[in-house]
Amino acid sequence: MTDISEIQTHYMAQARRKRGLNGILLILFVALLVAGFMTANDRNAGGFWDGLPNALDFPADVASEAIARVAYLPGYFVKYFPSLIETINIAGAATLFGAIGGLMASLLVTRGLAPFPWLIGPLRRVLDVLRAVPEIVVALVLIFMLGGGPIPAMLAIALHTVGALGKLFSEVNENASLKPVEGLASVGASWTQRMWLGVIPQVAPNYISYALLRFEINIRASAILGFVGAGGIGYDLRNTMSWGQGKFDEAAAIFLLLFITIVVVDQVSSWARDRLTHGKSSQRRVES
Amino acid sequence: MTASTTDIHTQVLPIFQRKRVIAIAWPLVIIFYLGYTLFSFDILGLGERVNLQNAKTLVSDAYSYKTHVTLDNRNGETSVSIEGERKGTYPDGIAPEWVTLGADQTADTLVDLGDGYLVTLGETVRFEIPDYGTFTATPGRTGVNATFPAGDLPDWISASKNRVAITTDAGRLSVTRNRSEVFKYAYGWELFFFTLDSPYHGMGIATLASHAFSGEAGAIANDFWTNKMWRHGDVAWALVETVLMAFLGTFGAAIIALPLGFLAAKNFTPLGSLRFAARRVFDFLRGVDGLIWTIILSRAFGPGPLTGSLAILLTDTGSFGKMFSEALENVDEKQIEGISSTGAKPLQRYRFGVIPQITPVLLSQVLYYFESNTRSATIIGAITGGGIGLLLTQAIATQKDWEEVSYYIVLIILLVMSMDSLSGWLRNKLIKGDEGGH
Repeated sequence: MTDISEIQTHYMAQARRKRGLNGILLILFVALLVAGFMTANDRNAGGFWDGLPNALDFPADVASEAIARVAYLPGYFVKYFPSLIETINIAGAATLFGAIGGLMASLLVTRGLAPFPWLIGPLRRVLDVLRAVPEIVVALVLIFMLGGGPIPAMLAIALHTVGALGKLFSEVNENASLKPVEGLASVGASWTQRMWLGVIPQVAPNYISYALLRFEINIRASAILGFVGAGGIGYDLRNTMSWGQGKFDEAAAIFLLLFITIVVVDQVSSWARDRLTHGKSSQRRVES
Repeated sequence: MTASTTDIHTQVLPIFQRKRVIAIAWPLVIIFYLGYTLFSFDILGLGERVNLQNAKTLVSDAYSYKTHVTLDNRNGETSVSIEGERKGTYPDGIAPEWVTLGADQTADTLVDLGDGYLVTLGETVRFEIPDYGTFTATPGRTGVNATFPAGDLPDWISASKNRVAITTDAGRLSVTRNRSEVFKYAYGWELFFFTLDSPYHGMGIATLASHAFSGEAGAIANDFWTNKMWRHGDVAWALVETVLMAFLGTFGAAIIALPLGFLAAKNFTPLGSLRFAARRVFDFLRGVDGLIWTIILSRAFGPGPLTGSLAILLTDTGSFGKMFSEALENVDEKQIEGISSTGAKPLQRYRFGVIPQITPVLLSQVLYYFESNTRSATIIGAITGGGIGLLLTQAIATQKDWEEVSYYIVLIILLVMSMDSLSGWLRNKLIKGDEGGH
C-alpha cells in the first residue's frame, strides 16, 4: 500500500514540475509576444490603436466607388484581363522552368541516384541558398540589369522554385524503389535512361502534385513582383492605387480579378492534387 | 493458348499506342506553352533592354570599391574620398599612401596607381602610361587642351574638346573643364568596420584588442555600431524588425485561428451554417492574399513592422484555420470519451482530450510557417516599408550602393537559413518532448 502512495506523490511532484515548466514557457512566450507588439507598434509610422478605427476606411472608399460605378466593372475586367493572363503566364512559365530545373537538381542530390556523389553536398547548399533568397531580391536586381517587364520576374520566381522543388523532389526520390533502376542498369541503360524510365514514372504523380502547389504560391508571388515593377496585374494595381480617388473602381476590379483567380486556381489545383495522390476513384474528398 | 496471347496482344497494342502519343504530346505541349509565354514576354526585345553596363557596375561594385582623388579646377582644391561620398571623405591633409598631396593649394598632387602608372594632378594634368606614353592636359575655359602621344587613339581613351576619359587596368582618369579626377579600384568592402572619422580606422586586430582592453571597448563598439557608411546598428534593427513581423504575424495568427478552427471542424461544431461561415472566412482571408492585405493595412497604419505583421497575421489566420480544422477533424475520439467519462466539463475535455493530441501537429505547422514568413516579411517590408526589405529597396534605388545590396542579400540569406534551422530544431525539441504526454 505504501508503494502506491509513494508512486502517487512521486507522480504528482513530476506533474507539478512539468506544469510549472510549461507555465514558465507560456509566460515567457506571452511576454515575448506583448513586448514584440509594443516594439512593432512604436516603430510603425501609425500606431495600432490610432489606425484601428480607420482600418475600414480604405476598403469602404474602394467599395463605395466600385458600387457607384458598378456598370463599368465588366469593362474593367476586360481591360485588365490581358495583365491577369500575363501574371498567370509568369507564374506558369516560372513553375515549369523551376520544375524542370528542380527535377534535374533533385536527381543530382539524391543519394543512390546521383551520378556524381561528390556533387551532392555543394549542390544541396546551392538549393538552400536559392530557397532562402526572397524572389523580390532577385527580381529587383534583374530589373536593374535587364530592364522592367515580365522576364526578370519569371526568372526570379523560377530560381526560387528550383530551390523549393529541388528539395521536395529529392525527398520524393528517396522513397522511390531502386529495383527498376537496377533492372535497367543490368540491361546496359545509361544514367539518363535509368532516370527517365526507372525513376520518373514512379515519382511523377508526386512531382506534379508538388508543382501544382508551387503554382498556387507562384501566382501570388507573381502578383507581388508586378507591384514592384515587373509587369502583370500587380503593376496595374499599383498604378490605379497611386492614382488614388477616382480610379478606386478600377482598383476594385483588379482586387476582384486577383481574388477570383487565386481562389479558382487553389480549388482546381487542390482537386487535381487530391486525384493525383489518391487515385481517380478516391472517395476521400473532404467537404470544403 | 495462342488465342489468349493474341487477345492480350490486341488489348495491349492500343494502350501502348496511347502511351506513345502521350509521351510525345506532353513535352510538345510544355514546349509550346513556354514558347508562347516567352514570346508574349517579348523575349526578342530583351536584347535591347539589357543594360550590360549596369550589370558590370553591379558585379564589380559588389566586390570592389573605388577611391576618388578629385581636383576642382575652379578653386584648386584637392579632395580624396571613397566612392566619392561625403561620408567617405578623408580629412584635410590626410590621404592613402599612394597619394602624395601637395604641400599647399598650388602644388601638384601625385597619384601613384602602381605598375608605373603615374598621375600628376595640378594646373596641368599628366598621366604616364607604360607602353603608351604620357598624356597631358591643361583644362581651362577653352576646353581640356589635351595632348596625346603620337598615333591613333586607342579605344580605352575617349576624348572630345571638353572631356577626356582614360580607362586603364590600374585606374581611371577623367578630365573635364571643371575637374580632374582619378579613380583607383581596390578589392573588398570599404570602411566596413570604421569610417575615416573614427580614430580606430585602419588599425589591425591586435592594436584594436589592446585598445579594447585598455578601456576603450565601448568607444570601439560605438564607432562600429554607428558606422555612417554601413549603418550596422540600423541594419541590425531592420533584421530584428523583419523577424518580429514574422513572429507576431505567425503566432498571432495561430492564437486567433485555434478557436476558429474548432468552429470549422465537423466533430466540434454540429451547426452546419456556423461551420460553413468559418470556412468561408478562412477562404476569404487566404484568397485576398498578403499583397492586398498589405496595401489595405498600410493605408490605415502607415509603413512599419506592425503593418507587416498584421498582413501576415490575416493571411495566415486563413491558412492556419483551414489546417487546424482539418487536424481537429482527425483527432481520436477515444481520448475525449475517456476524459468525459471522468466527468470533465467541455472546456476540460478540450484541454486534456484534444489539445495534447493536436499540439505536435499544429506546432510543427506553425514553426514551418514561421520560417517561411521570415522570407515573406522581407517581401512585405519592401512593399510597405519596414525591416531589411526597406533597406534593400532603398539601396537598390540609389543604383550605386551595390556593395550594400550584396551585404543585405547575404544577411537575408543567413537570416532565413538560421530561422530554418531554428524552427527545425524547435520542432524536433517540442514534438519529441510532447510525446511523453501532458
